[in-house]
Amino acid sequence: MKLVNLKIDDVDISVPAGTSILDAAKQAGIKIPTLCYHPDLPVKASCRLCLVDTGRKKLETACSTPVKEGMKVITNSKKVRDARRTALKLLLANHPQDCLTCVRNGSCELQALAAELNITDISFYNMVEKLPIDDSNLAIVRDQSKCIKCGRCIEVCQEVQCVGVINSSFRSGEYKMTTAFDKALAETDCVYCGQCSAVCPVGAIYEKDDTAKVWKALEDPDMHVVVQTAPAVRVSIGEEFGLEPGSIVTGQMVAALRKLGFDKVFDTDFTADLTILEEGSELLERLKNGGAIPLITSCSPGWINFLERFYPELIPHVSTCKSPQQMFGALAKTYYPQKAGLSPDKVFVVSIMPCTAKKYECARPEMNSSGYQDVDVVLTTRELGRMLKQAGVNFENLEPEEFDDPLGISTGAAVIFGATGGVMEAALRTVYEIVTGTVLEDVDFKDVRGIKGIKEAEVELDGQKVKVAVANGLGNAKILLDKIKNGECDYQFIEIMCCPGGCIGGGGQPYGTTNEIKEKRIKAIYDADKGMELRKSHENPAVKILYEEFLGEPLSEKSHELLHTHYVSKKK
Amino acid sequence: MLTNQQIRDVVQKYEDGEENILAILLKLQEASGQNYISEDCAVEVAKELNIPASKIYDLLTFHSMFSTKPRGKYIIEICKSAPCHVNKSREIVKMFENELGIKMGETTADKLFTLQFTSCIGACDIAPAAKIGEKVYGNLTKEDVKKIIQEYREGGK
Amino acid sequence: MAKIVELITENVGKVRPDSLEDYLNASGYEALKKAFKMTPEEIIEEVKKSNLRGRGGAGYPTGSKWEQLHEIDETPKYIVCNADEGEPGTFKDKIIMDKDPFKLVEAMTIAGYTFGSNHGYIYIRGEYPLSKKTMQKAVDLAKEAGYLGDNILGTDYSFDIHIRTGAGAYVCGENSAQLNSLEGKVGRPRIKPPHLAEVGLFKKPTLVNNVESFAAIPYIVLNGGEKYASFGTKESGGTKLVCLSGNVVNRGVYEVPFGTTIREIIYDLGGGMPEGRKFKFAQIGGSSGPCFGEDKLDTPLCYKETGKNGLIVGSGALLVVDDSNCAVDFAKCISEFFVHESCGKCTMCREGNRQLLRILTRFTEGKGCKEDFALIEQLSNVLPISSFCGLGETATRAVSTCIELFRDEFEEHIEGKCRAGICSFSEGGK
Repeated sequence: MKLVNLKIDDVDISVPAGTSILDAAKQAGIKIPTLCYHPDLPVKASCRLCLVDTGRKKLETACSTPVKEGMKVITNSKKVRDARRTALKLLLANHPQDCLTCVRNGSCELQALAAELNITDISFYNMVEKLPIDDSNLAIVRDQSKCIKCGRCIEVCQEVQCVGVINSSFRSGEYKMTTAFDKALAETDCVYCGQCSAVCPVGAIYEKDDTAKVWKALEDPDMHVVVQTAPAVRVSIGEEFGLEPGSIVTGQMVAALRKLGFDKVFDTDFTADLTILEEGSELLERLKNGGAIPLITSCSPGWINFLERFYPELIPHVSTCKSPQQMFGALAKTYYPQKAGLSPDKVFVVSIMPCTAKKYECARPEMNSSGYQDVDVVLTTRELGRMLKQAGVNFENLEPEEFDDPLGISTGAAVIFGATGGVMEAALRTVYEIVTGTVLEDVDFKDVRGIKGIKEAEVELDGQKVKVAVANGLGNAKILLDKIKNGECDYQFIEIMCCPGGCIGGGGQPYGTTNEIKEKRIKAIYDADKGMELRKSHENPAVKILYEEFLGEPLSEKSHELLHTHYVSKKK
Repeated sequence: MLTNQQIRDVVQKYEDGEENILAILLKLQEASGQNYISEDCAVEVAKELNIPASKIYDLLTFHSMFSTKPRGKYIIEICKSAPCHVNKSREIVKMFENELGIKMGETTADKLFTLQFTSCIGACDIAPAAKIGEKVYGNLTKEDVKKIIQEYREGGK
Repeated sequence: MAKIVELITENVGKVRPDSLEDYLNASGYEALKKAFKMTPEEIIEEVKKSNLRGRGGAGYPTGSKWEQLHEIDETPKYIVCNADEGEPGTFKDKIIMDKDPFKLVEAMTIAGYTFGSNHGYIYIRGEYPLSKKTMQKAVDLAKEAGYLGDNILGTDYSFDIHIRTGAGAYVCGENSAQLNSLEGKVGRPRIKPPHLAEVGLFKKPTLVNNVESFAAIPYIVLNGGEKYASFGTKESGGTKLVCLSGNVVNRGVYEVPFGTTIREIIYDLGGGMPEGRKFKFAQIGGSSGPCFGEDKLDTPLCYKETGKNGLIVGSGALLVVDDSNCAVDFAKCISEFFVHESCGKCTMCREGNRQLLRILTRFTEGKGCKEDFALIEQLSNVLPISSFCGLGETATRAVSTCIELFRDEFEEHIEGKCRAGICSFSEGGK
């Protein structure tokens, strides 16, 4: 690759042609402030915070300007500082000054920049206009008064997820990021993936805070409060406490949840294993007796929302299995109280999820097969972080503890549900052994791992070749779905995860998530899998007992009643 | 109100639909009878062109010639650019406002006229200027304004 | 005494815009015929010799632009004519389109032939519905007669022109914004680099020229670049359409050779101020151009001399303002325009312009204060060097030059006094 030589301040550096000044500066150890810039999204150059002097009449944005041979870049001069500070002050003049009570207090990128650029007065006229808050739905809140028009939410909604709900509109001072005809999100095709909330640098889009409901339940002496934790949370919650991305903190997380006062700390991994048995059986059933092929996974509620709103004609292809989260809820209010001698109406189920769409999922009217709302409250990883901080839990110094029995027992196959390709791999581990009747020695299906948008693999099952595909991010899913629609698809089984990277990249994960951080979380997921004694779902002893004691067998009538669901077209 | 079929017919008349989106929307706005693009209309266009409605909304709110709210049958656009401004366009604003009994941005009760500003219409040689549809009026006096309104009133009924 | 030279406007008023026959009788299409006998390199050489510079406002040398596009191998290439004449006080492209549309069609066909392009687009602002009709008619007639379409004039060259409309957005006059708009996207400007010559319309190499720039091409091809250049000054070749507006007797479009002084344009061609009024200041290049006083009236209109004097050639708009007007009110009018037209994407332009308007509005209401001058200065220093596109870069120019000229008037407004009697200070003032 061709190298380009340039000088940034007093540092001589060589970088590959095409590198931006911003990246080159990073390599030179020079920090340039940014706001609209996000490493995984297209460059916008609209906030004007990263201006640098390249010797031309105009300053240039470091994020969008490629390096040139012999370029001399000045990142710190009066001219540059004045311009950056003017840009920031202009933004602040149009931003509410209620940082102390803002959901992003302490995690706000604008707030951090104001400190970094030593802004002590705004000098410009106050332009803040109070706009109505959109809290029309159960998952995402939009407070447009706080929007700084960086455009990140548009890129994830339009380009990455292809949902197309949030877009720019109007111009000049009225320019804003909003829905068509300024509808509330609940009236749009929003799938509640929450990717917009994950990339928002300020408090303009955030998850609906349900922590109060959980505190209340924990305070209620009559309630038996159980909690389940999604696979992806154990490799990300540590970041809320300053631990390195990719730290596996399963044990500390369990201990922390006990400190909060949960009566039982269970694991969604248990029902992830259960999902594999149900879904694997469904696949085999369809391959054997006919049925819509390819079969598509159904664990991801954002994907299910996308299906119902944009591709209802493909509903027959999608597994009828509820997501592991909802399977857990159904069992936590039937099997569990029966076993533990509790009254199901006194069991309160809380889910800790990397996901905002789960908030919508748990409130679906059909998710009540226990006779109650199966899951009472879903909290995101970020909300759990806030609860733990509020409770003064000294997370990083906690002694690791174990999940409770029986809904806390799981295998490595369940852990990997948290990463893109994980459900596929877990299913293959089980289906292979069921079909071939032989022991699978090498359980690692590496072709389906990794952050790539669409992955394919071919597996030989007892002489029959099975072609599978894995998509993460709805934009990638759309490519596969269009292929199915057009009859250009020869896969038998497809895994779709709504969020880029899978659940470890969920919309409810800690702020600052980037592809680099996702890779670390993914690595942690597979490390956790490797460290497990059991790595195939059908070997989970608690699941075996569940079938013996309660469900009978996969796809039994009881299974169908509690663990399966149906989808309806919500296309407008 | 345009029917969905009528909307589809307009869209389909243009080759390279998406490239011609502004022409399509201008045409539909004209055909609406009320000089606006309704939400239903925008959604139908979005469906027909297979693009998100949010993209249509962006176009509608970005361009000053579109309205998402009903307007009068005739839109009287008064140029507010500098060449008309120094030729005292504020005076003709008052003339139109008085003649119609409405303020800039408003529509008459009979839904015949909407008064609004426009950017330069290239009639700087006859400033102050106003535009109604394709017709441009310049060097306007009080009498001209009266006469113009009268003509449209008669033509519009 | 200023003289008018009709190189571009030779047919204006002499041919019927809907008559190809008239155009042919006026030596129409002779240039295209000649071009077909030339190589692309020869045509580009003539354009370079002509010293023609972009007439939309930026003044980039057309010959260099053509040469750069020619050096790019990628195909297809697109020819785009920027007819989004949005700069207030500019109405020259309209004259060409309305009065001599075939000239533009012929010019674009020559450009198309030069670059082996088969498709041209004319992006006409929505505020010009009649120009759009006239151009469409000309394109249709040219196509019918074999001057457009397949195998033009029996050659193996084919070229088609598509007429596209804007819908009211000044920023779509910015070339990259215009290409976005042509693609059906919202016309907010693109990040550059990449340059449009390389990654233009539909991501393909693209030539974008203004109507007036194109309109000079037939003359240049037919008579040679040197001949065209000979009408102007040494480095500003040929003629410029000047749009004279405001408080002058004879408003209108005049084609003058470069080097004509601004005073000659205003007084010889424009007939000076109406009776009883005095020259106060003028603004050149449209709302994005600077304001200047009496002392600069003898500046010759050409790229070099205007540059030396802090002026621009820009689009050729020349707005004359007499003493019945208030400088503060005028600055506010310009600021309102930029607030209305900012695309909103970049912080500087979106927030900076509305701050500026807020400040100027306070002045016109008698609420201004001394500290406001510092804010205006800060915005005038920063916006030109740090906005995303040309709109934000030039938005403060009129205001800052107005304050330079009439600081005393601004200061009077703080005290609640408007010498032109335009600003009315209600009790809300100080």
